[in-house]
This record gives sequence, structure tokens and C-alpha cells, in this order.
Amino acid sequence: MELKDNNPFPIAEPYPYGNFFLSHLDSIINWSRANSLWPLVFGTSCCAIEMMSAASAKYDWSRFGFEVARATPRQADLIIIAGTITNRMAPVLKRLYDQMPEPKYVIAMGACSISGGPFYYNTYSVIKGADHIIPVDIYVAGCPPRPEALLDAMIQLQNKIKRTKNF
Amino acid sequence: MQPTVEVLNERDYILNVGPQHPSTHGVLHLRIKIEGETILDVEPVLGYIHRSIEKMSEALTYRQFIQMTSRMDYLSAHMNNLACALAIENALQVEVPDKVKYIRTILCELTRLASHQLWWAANGLDLGAVTPFFLAFRDREAITDIFEEVCGSRLTMNYIVPGGLMEDVPEGFADKIKTYLDTFERTLSEYDQLLTGNEIFRGRNIGVGVLTKEEALAYGCTGPVARASGLSCDVRKWFPYEMYDKLSFEEIILTEGDSYARYKVRIAEMYQSIKILRQLLDGIPEGDFQAKVKKIIKLPAGEFYQRVETARGEFGVYIVSDGKSSSPYRIKFRSPGLSNLAALPFMTKGAKIGDLIAVMASLDLVIPDIDR
Repeated sequence: MELKDNNPFPIAEPYPYGNFFLSHLDSIINWSRANSLWPLVFGTSCCAIEMMSAASAKYDWSRFGFEVARATPRQADLIIIAGTITNRMAPVLKRLYDQMPEPKYVIAMGACSISGGPFYYNTYSVIKGADHIIPVDIYVAGCPPRPEALLDAMIQLQNKIKRTKNF
Repeated sequence: MQPTVEVLNERDYILNVGPQHPSTHGVLHLRIKIEGETILDVEPVLGYIHRSIEKMSEALTYRQFIQMTSRMDYLSAHMNNLACALAIENALQVEVPDKVKYIRTILCELTRLASHQLWWAANGLDLGAVTPFFLAFRDREAITDIFEEVCGSRLTMNYIVPGGLMEDVPEGFADKIKTYLDTFERTLSEYDQLLTGNEIFRGRNIGVGVLTKEEALAYGCTGPVARASGLSCDVRKWFPYEMYDKLSFEEIILTEGDSYARYKVRIAEMYQSIKILRQLLDGIPEGDFQAKVKKIIKLPAGEFYQRVETARGEFGVYIVSDGKSSSPYRIKFRSPGLSNLAALPFMTKGAKIGDLIAVMASLDLVIPDIDR
């Protein structure tokens, strides 16, 4: 069944004669997953400050349902890699990712976590992109990216989740 | 990695804090030896964000390596850039125009304000108060807006370059800061109302994490951490650079040495920064924003050291030049955070685990500055 575009309640369609509605199971699951993303507090360097800015009153990521930042990976389902990943930090990042329950998503924030960024050449200790360690869903360019860019990435991630087929 | 803290008896217990922990302000790893809830020893384990900036700088030119320093202590980016620029200018014996000196000093003090605001936010967060975070970021965003207008970047500026500034400041630069200071002076009193007199906050900070003057001196502590222990170490007073010798401001020195004294020093420094800014804003002279410096900089052979006072303490740049190439032979950064962190075992010996977080919050650590 295709949902109509002009439906005021986007995930379900009311049934004409009764107190129930029809929906996709996918739509219900994706709707709830996309709107309650709990990010893990994982900031290694400069980008962490811009991540804090995105949480502050001016940008306010709680408008989009991200405000429940968790300190433990067991309660989080989104990891924002805010900063450089070094060789020494890589096993820690991998372990954090493994500890997160499914489904889990990853945003690579900033040039360092995309490709090593300013630390691409002549360095012996920086991982050239966090996607060498864990799979990444969304990349945010910038050094550091603006808070608006992070918010946009999170909305992109929500859109991606809403398109997922679960069954 | 071999454990270096020895387990002495069966009652001893090693607790690992970090590297992923919200109150270590980054990726610091602490190995804490505890008995019950009392801390016997703390050993910081470093290197989780070691990006080899010093080694990288040897492959970059003198104009290029400065941008790396913005990413070390990213809360004092302007001051770090200034230290490198001053070291190169001293080596080349270039005299920058007065206007450059004024604007550099203004930007440095604004950075200090923004950094202390973020420290205040994090200090509240670490002790469980969330409101300070929103209050401080409201004020901090206004400063980052000014930075953005000046140099197009909010955090990693690279605006202060050898010989002057990257480009001229925009119109209405001074007026915008004046308006900001008027607002901030009012909101700064809210900081006092919210935390300084707060009973819980005082209880968790007064008498906790005491650092004596001798220990501060022995471990090379600088900045607000050392000044709260009674050590006069303000580089702006002792080795003035740019406009600081012509300004009237106080060096805040307290003698208690506890977390609360470090808190009070930083709050008082914010008032001093406002005072400094007010003296500078009216008298920005006209002139060029750059002195004449060659596009490709080559320093004469020798060693050059320049220190500045960042928001965390004394930041030093040590450049060795071989006199032939256009990139440094060796770069060494003296970062304030490393020395301040080294004194952490003394501050927390015999304290409770909960106090460790309060003490670390009062140190205002930036881990990429420590690991480089």
C-alpha cells in the first residue's frame, strides 16, 4: 500500500469506519528510530567544541530530537566522531562502536575523521579517515564544520533512516 | 602497554577513567589507584590524541605551520598563532604597525573571554549543573560571531600571520565589541549569582584539590592554576608583548590553592579582560594591517623562543632554524596543559573519586594541547 502524500499524519493512514489505522511496520519503526537518536558524547578535539555549540541554545539540536547525549555507548545509537582519530585511539573507537546496540549510526564530523584532514601528510600517528575503523553513514565537511552543518548532517541521517527497509 | 602503577595489596584497586569519558574533556586516560573511595595515586596516560604536530611542522613552511597551532589549543587559537608570529617576527627583526598590535591584543583578550566562558560551562557540567552551559554558550556565541566576521572562522582562525594580520578588520569592529562588552558585563554578574555563591558548588570546591606554591613551582604550573596558588607567573606582566606593557590591569593572585581559588581567579580574569579591551577599543590607530615580510620566509640560523599567556597559562614556541631552508629545522611547543596536568596527582592525593572530577574541571585541560 502506498501512503498518500497529502496525509496529515505521515506514517499512517486513518481507516474510514473505525478506531484504527493502517500503516507500514517499516514506517512506524523508522519514524520512532529517526526521531529519538541518542548521540554518544565522543569528542576528541576541536570539532567537539562545535558539537557543544550545536547543543547550545543558539543552534539547539534538541529541536530535532538529539538532545539526550549519552556518556556510555550502551545507551547510545549514534556516534558523532568529532575530531582526529589517532592510531592509539582507533581500538578504543572500535570497541565503543562494538558496544553500541543495533541499529547504530555514525557521523564523521570534520576533515580529520573524513580523511585525516590537515593531518594527512607527514604524520605518523593519525588514521586517514575514521571509515578505516568503523562504517560511516554521513560525512560532514569542514575544519571544524559549523553547527548548522552538523544539524544538516543529522537531518540527512534521519532521512536515511526513514528510507530503510527493515524486513 | 605495561601497567606502571603497582598493585600493592589485595585491597588496592586500579580504576581506569577514560579515554572516553565526558569529564576528561577529550581523550585523557587516568589510572587511579584507590582504596575504598579514597584516591591513593593518579597516573595520567597520554597520547590518545597525539597528532605529531611538532614533527609535521618540520615539513611545512614558516607560513604553513602556524595553522597547526590553531588545532592544538583550539580555545586559545589566536594566542597560539600570535606566539608563532612573534617568534618569526623577532627572528626576522620586523616591527609590526601599531594597528596590528592593537588588534592582536584585542583578539587575544576576546579569546581569553571565550575560553574562560567555555571553562565555566564545562565546570558546571562536570559538577552536574546544566544551566551554566547554556548561559555561557549564549555569551560565547556572540564572540565567535565577532571572530567569524573578522576572519571567517569560528574556532581555528589562522588570522594572525608573521608580519601582521591576514587581512584588515571589517568596519564597525570596535563598536561591535563595545556593544558586546556592555551586554557581557551585565551577564557576567549572573555567573556569580548562579555558581560562585552556590552552596553545593562551594562545598565541592572549597578546600578540595589544594596545590601549594612549592608544588606549583616545581611542576612548572602556569596560568590560573599557578596564580591560584600564589605564584606570580603572568607572561603579560613579566615578559610583555604587543600592547600589554602600556595597559593597566591586575594580575590576579590568590593564595588558597584549592579548586575554588582557581575558579575565582578565572572569574576575576574575565573582569580584567573586559578592562583591557575597554582601554584598547577607543584608540585603534589607522594604518597598514601588515608589515613588509617576504612571501617565502627564511629565518637566520639560530634558536628562537617566544612565550605568550594563553587562557591556560604560558605557551611557548621554540624554533630552531638552520638558516637555509624555508621550513623550521625543529619546533617545540611548551604547552601549559601538560605541566598543569602533571600536578594533578598532588592535588588529588587522599581525596575522594568524586573530587577528582571537580579538580580536573578546575584545571581547564585541553587534551590536544597536552598531546599535540
